[in-house]
Amino acid sequence: MQEELFTSGRSIPHIDPSLEIWHWPISVYLFLGGLAAGILFFMGVITVLGKEKEYPSTVKYASIVPPLALSLGLMALVYDLTHPLYTWQLYTTIRLESPMSWGAWVLLVTTPLSFLWVISYYSELFPKWKLNINFLNNLEKYLKKNRRYMAMAFIPLSIILGIYTGILLSAFNARPLWNNAILGPLFLISGLSTGAATIILLAKTAKERHLFSKIDLILIVIELGLIVHMIMGMYAGSEVQLEAMELLVGGEFTLMFFGFVIILGLIVPAILELTELIGFKVPVAVPALLILLGGLIFRFVMVEAGQITRYLY
Amino acid sequence: MVIDTLKCVGCSDCVVACQTENNVPIGYCRDWITETVNGAYPNVELELKSERCNHCDNAPCVRCCPTGASHIVDGGIVLVTGDECIGCGACIESCPYDARFQHPEGYVDKCTFCHHRLEKGQHPACVSVCPTKCMYFGDLDDPNSEVSELLKNRKYKTLAPEAGTDPHVFYLT
Repeated sequence: MQEELFTSGRSIPHIDPSLEIWHWPISVYLFLGGLAAGILFFMGVITVLGKEKEYPSTVKYASIVPPLALSLGLMALVYDLTHPLYTWQLYTTIRLESPMSWGAWVLLVTTPLSFLWVISYYSELFPKWKLNINFLNNLEKYLKKNRRYMAMAFIPLSIILGIYTGILLSAFNARPLWNNAILGPLFLISGLSTGAATIILLAKTAKERHLFSKIDLILIVIELGLIVHMIMGMYAGSEVQLEAMELLVGGEFTLMFFGFVIILGLIVPAILELTELIGFKVPVAVPALLILLGGLIFRFVMVEAGQITRYLY
Repeated sequence: MVIDTLKCVGCSDCVVACQTENNVPIGYCRDWITETVNGAYPNVELELKSERCNHCDNAPCVRCCPTGASHIVDGGIVLVTGDECIGCGACIESCPYDARFQHPEGYVDKCTFCHHRLEKGQHPACVSVCPTKCMYFGDLDDPNSEVSELLKNRKYKTLAPEAGTDPHVFYLT
């Protein structure tokens, strides 16, 4: 038997008995960041392939979501900082070993670019506004000409953004639940899947909806595979990783993880999308909303459960 | 830093000395005492030790810091510059020893090995106040220093070496 305790009565706020450093804004940001990355990726690919006319909802209507999601996400991030007046310090340096530094710089490029993209569609998106501002019209004309270049930039940027939300967590070796290399790709795929779900929600034609239902189905299958990989890898890991897995399998996060993330957030929407593709009538909003909710709960589970896992004490 | 677990009585003098010396806010601490009980009566072993930031050679907190506020100074001490810290908490998440905390003023704080005292040629407050003299502080690069001699001649361990951080607080057992 081994028992360990703090005889000096250590109970530091937010540290003991388990970390409570990252709160709900981080989970919300990880979700919104992944969602924005997903939409930006599809926008980029469809534009580079020259299929904007065939899939207008993706490049036009869905493009309003990323700038809003990224702005909200950034606000959430800054809200969770405890020394927010020094946020500018992020942009005085580039630290290659820090995923957060990567993320900060990628967001600095991606967020304004996502706004510019919406401006390039501004007269088509808001035909009733008729703002006769010369500057805006000229800017729109200029951006319209360079849309392809923006799309080309979005593809790598969105992949980095999507994968970074996972690497941000997986780079912490001190939190055994996070410390698995699969988390980066897993968050990327989950982000692409929630992006596809948003496009399904906003799609105006059956053709566009079906394309993204198919993409989403593939993504869900990959995501389930990656989750199985994660669980297998953790079970093959060291003692601290086994303990971390107990939180998700049989522990206090079991219902959230298996019930809400895997079953309601992945398996049920996959079945619904499949039945819709076969030809049965299913309101597509149901699987799409389930995927979005599942993605959000997944972030909450990972952020909260991860902070409970530790090496000592 | 070398700490002799056979001499430590767990009096918490080091904890109080640190709080006083460094103006640590009430409810927080940069060092603490743990008691580990091994076995069952009558074969029981009790180990007491004073723990703090391990000033790791491969410090995850320094690597993950997005602004460079966490840094390693000459001599291997890990410090935080309050005015560069944005309070993101990444370093707290990255520390396997949970040695860092958010100061009520927002920036991240932790043990500095009393860097301000070292500059004056004094020992850290915890070391100089220890009534059983169970703590030793010195230069590990100097093969003739007291700490180097202790590590040469005694059995020792470090905390969570499996985390790969290469910690620099050694516990004599």
